[in-house]
Amino acid sequence: MAEWVEVVLRVLVVIAAFLVLPLLVGQTEHKAMAHMQSRVGPMYAGGFHGWAQLVADGVKFAQKEDVVPAAADRTVFKLAPAVALLPYLVAFVAIPVGPGLVGQDLDLGLFFVLAVMSVGVLGSLMGGWASANKYSLLGGMRIAAQLMAYELPFVLAAVSPAMAAGTLSLTGIVEAWQWWWLLWQLPAMVVFFVAGLAELRRPPFDMPVADSEIVFGPYTEYTGLRFALFLLAEYAGIVLLSALTAVLFLGGWQGPFEGALGWLWTLVKTGVVAFVVIWARVAYPRLREDQLQSLAWKVLVPVALAQLALTTVVAVA
Amino acid sequence: MSSWGSGLLDGLRVTWRNLTRRSVTAQYPDAMPVLPPRSRGVIALIEENCTVCMLCARECPAWCIYIDSHKEVVPPVEEGARERSRNVLDQFDIDFSLCMYCSICIEACPFDALHWSPEFEYAEYDIRDLTHDKDRLRDWMWTVPVPPALDPAAEEPKEVVAARKAADVKDTAPPGQEPKA
Repeated sequence: MAEWVEVVLRVLVVIAAFLVLPLLVGQTEHKAMAHMQSRVGPMYAGGFHGWAQLVADGVKFAQKEDVVPAAADRTVFKLAPAVALLPYLVAFVAIPVGPGLVGQDLDLGLFFVLAVMSVGVLGSLMGGWASANKYSLLGGMRIAAQLMAYELPFVLAAVSPAMAAGTLSLTGIVEAWQWWWLLWQLPAMVVFFVAGLAELRRPPFDMPVADSEIVFGPYTEYTGLRFALFLLAEYAGIVLLSALTAVLFLGGWQGPFEGALGWLWTLVKTGVVAFVVIWARVAYPRLREDQLQSLAWKVLVPVALAQLALTTVVAVA
Repeated sequence: MSSWGSGLLDGLRVTWRNLTRRSVTAQYPDAMPVLPPRSRGVIALIEENCTVCMLCARECPAWCIYIDSHKEVVPPVEEGARERSRNVLDQFDIDFSLCMYCSICIEACPFDALHWSPEFEYAEYDIRDLTHDKDRLRDWMWTVPVPPALDPAAEEPKEVVAARKAADVKDTAPPGQEPKA
């Protein structure tokens, strides 16, 4: 009895976080990006500084017609947004917020999260293929190329703290974390963060959805709720990447008063990383397709490998 | 020469500086803008001053002023005098979809029948409604502000100089003699 109540509770909390946190990040992006560009951003919706802008957007999306192009592969087209969104929801389950505060504490947490996260990219690929649109197809192919290039440094960088902690459990990694890992694992953190941005197709790595040249890449033909699901997936991805960075490299709930406020530390660290994601979007111009590839193969992979060697030496010694 | 990576920091610095500064966006419909003196919002017409001399319509580079009138005969003021004829304005339209706000009509008017009003909220859904007729132009007259004060070091207005000169001549002239000016 008590056991299944607890399971249901945990699932509900994870779903609530999954629905609320991306909206928070989205609203922060609206306002922070606006002020970084000397604008004020949304001001009307909800009355106070446009706090309800994303709610209004959601209502708008829900009202729109759900168009499926005549030449589209209907099943794949309709399935794509769910495939893009659901893996992030599943991955949320394994992210620990505090000691014991986790949807499901997995021994292979890191492996599980990384594996599930890369499934999300399939949704965009499916959308690109099924839209029967050349821009979508081009965008889909660019996503595929980007995934191929960045998955490697992403995983290599994530392996480094796992090796340092000697476990693949996310909770275990946080518990083994020491403050000097900030320096020791710094290259891995940078590689992980940059590669994560690229996997999420966030600017400056948004070549596959570059609106000024291929409309919106694989999302070109999507309207209404399905489009909103893709957007939600992007912001859920930001939350997930930020939370993973906080847990793997920033010590999760470790900090002053961690006994009572541990969960707050995790959320604050996640929020700071999410802010940097937004900041990078505003500060940097989009990378060209060849620059994207050379950054991955010529910079990130070697740095990640060097970090791995360093971690091995220190961990064994 | 800038070192490697300084561009990345520059981008972050510029955006952070903007973020921490107050934005200067004016919240227009909630807060009305403070317009400078002599703002060119809309042209107002005092119909009473207009003599239908057509100077404004002819000078207008955009040909956006449409004037029509007829003559009326005014009975003689005193007995034995001739009847006078007078122009009566029938139509005075300004098409603000053509107007380029150059102010030439207002400069050209010899009788101060045209004035600038700072009002600017007269957008329309139909372009034909942007042609304001003489009644609407007359109504704008209520929004025309008093002329702004002169700058501290500015020359005196011509009218004041002329009036002072006339008064001086009158004062210095010996009594019994009428001044010419």
